[in-house]
Amino acid sequence: MSSLALFLTVFIACAVEAVEALTIVLAAGLTRDWRSTFQGMAAALAVLAVTVAVLGPALTLVPLTALRLIVGALLAVFGLQWLRKAILRASGYKGLHDEEAIYARQVAAAQTATSEGRRGVRDWYAFTLSFKGVLLEGLEVVFIAITFGANQQNQGLAAVAAAAAVVVVAAVGIAVRAPLSRVPENSLKFAVGVMLTSFGMFWGAEGAGVSWPGNDAALLAIVPATALVGLGYTALLRRARASARAAVPAAGRSAA
Amino acid sequence: MTRWLRSFGAFWYDFVIGDDWRGAAVVAVALALTALLVHAASVNAWWLLPIAVIGALGWSLRRATSGKP
Repeated sequence: MSSLALFLTVFIACAVEAVEALTIVLAAGLTRDWRSTFQGMAAALAVLAVTVAVLGPALTLVPLTALRLIVGALLAVFGLQWLRKAILRASGYKGLHDEEAIYARQVAAAQTATSEGRRGVRDWYAFTLSFKGVLLEGLEVVFIAITFGANQQNQGLAAVAAAAAVVVVAAVGIAVRAPLSRVPENSLKFAVGVMLTSFGMFWGAEGAGVSWPGNDAALLAIVPATALVGLGYTALLRRARASARAAVPAAGRSAA
Repeated sequence: MTRWLRSFGAFWYDFVIGDDWRGAAVVAVALALTALLVHAASVNAWWLLPIAVIGALGWSLRRATSGKP
């Protein structure tokens, strides 16, 4: 259960972030200059690799109880963010992440930006756009992969899951040469939010000294319970939004 | 330098804490209370953090949606 959960959580989280990074890379590459775009992407991947190489081994030196407390707290906070956004999007209170609209915005900005070479890079704009996009999206994945891997004491599996997701998304991106707008990003983010929050609660409480009923088997109850709570909040918000929107025209009619 | 430090701090705050700091505060307080109950009162308070997190999520969603159609 734990290894499968580790693989799936890191794979899905990484795939979602890779889809977002792909949109930016495509916008930079197709409208500006592919060579500079790849240079920016390679530079960002190098920074991420150094971060993993430094932080990964460093985390293994922290005693497991302290690691679970700190990382559990961070994962719970991080998971709450993902879950909150996914619920707000699913219930209509926040716009869905639209890769095509983001792509169009990035392309429009890239087309108007001036072309300028710097430090051996032919197109500095394409380089920085690609660098920032890959680095910012990648940092979340690095954080999830390192913390999950360290707590499960299986950083190798976390790295394999992250790499597999990048390869899959890159392969599909190369094949379709367009933003992957059909990927159900919000559902995947909801799933990752559930996993991060659940494991964060489990490890955080363990780090604080708690013994979970059933030990690791408690996760079999925590994960579905968190998912059900998330789905329940989504249903409640959808209903509240529908009644609020129905009440507005009715109030308008009676005022008229 | 100060500006760089400020934006560096703002980036990490936004990265970890996000839009609503209350969720992070609730998690921190719940973990501290759990540790206190376990170590000072010998209560195996495994239930405290899930209740706090579910409550924090509901509270945060309510704040984000109140007054919005």
